Amino acid sequence: MALGLAASAVAAEVPGGDRRSGYDFMSRETRAMQDDDTANPGMLWVLEGGALWSRKTGRAGRACGDCHGDARASMKGVAARHPAFDAAQGRPINLEQRINACRTGRQGAPPLAYESRELLALAAYVARQSRGLPIEIAIDPRTRSFLDAGRTIYDRRQGQLNLACGQCHDANWGRQLAGNVIPQAHPTGYPLYRLEWQGLGSLQRRLRNCMVGIRAEPYEYGAPELVQLELYLMWRARGMMFEAPAVRP
Amino acid sequence: MASALINVPARARRGEIIEIKTLISHTMETGFRRTQLGALIPRDIIRRFVCTYNGTEVFRAELHPAISANPFIVFSTVAVESGTVEFHWTGDNGFAVTQSTPILVE
Repeated sequence: MALGLAASAVAAEVPGGDRRSGYDFMSRETRAMQDDDTANPGMLWVLEGGALWSRKTGRAGRACGDCHGDARASMKGVAARHPAFDAAQGRPINLEQRINACRTGRQGAPPLAYESRELLALAAYVARQSRGLPIEIAIDPRTRSFLDAGRTIYDRRQGQLNLACGQCHDANWGRQLAGNVIPQAHPTGYPLYRLEWQGLGSLQRRLRNCMVGIRAEPYEYGAPELVQLELYLMWRARGMMFEAPAVRP
Repeated sequence: MASALINVPARARRGEIIEIKTLISHTMETGFRRTQLGALIPRDIIRRFVCTYNGTEVFRAELHPAISANPFIVFSTVAVESGTVEFHWTGDNGFAVTQSTPILVE
């Protein structure tokens, strides 16, 4: 086992045709839960996000909908394009950071805390509008270095278990890790409802979970390294269908 | 903020068995967990769910601490007449949510 892992330290990326969403590794019951909007608990956050979308807030007294209008049209595909480069900050930012940038910049409201119910609800509502669309991450000269930095983190052995992400997710996907099937780590459905969490969580929460799992020190929420990793993972999943809010075991 | 998702078929034939699905947002804190400092987190759960169809109770459930967060309750009833299906969730700390959906029986 140890030898096998060592040999595959830098595993090849999953080729296009073999790429599978975590959805494909789930039980029939969990898939049915995700597919039915009245059984998918993530839809509770979407419902709440829809209410927040049209609630006026901040010094500007503006709601998201006052500028963006109907989210079903204006937010279509937005989540499938994030993390995206933000000129003001000079680096890529994820969907939650984009929402907070809008809050502080346009609404004059304090930023929402990472993993807070409101931020997850808004992110879930925006992400829902991209369901069924392919993930499109535009890599240009501005984002190239951040993508490479994300790839470096993905390929780097970390933590007391000294594992790189790819050693599980590229070299051993589809096999068992204890009772669970190892997925390919394509972030196709975030924010998603994990039955284990009994709640909705962001991709950063999942990444921090994985880092704790390999006994590495997790990056703080919103850390540039986590966003770079998100960017790399989304780019790695480019072309795959977005399915937020997904359900995972 | 409590929100609930309800799925009742909008139309049904008289005498048809219809499936009703309900999903409500709730933490269902068991009352057995402790904080990192050892203090008990008080119980906060939904205790009772009742569904009435034109005022007649057709389904009731008692909920207990082992039930997961955001309880999903599915049951069936017979479509007898057009009207309203009402749902009531009540629980600890004065939790009370009521929602209703119209149904057309032909």
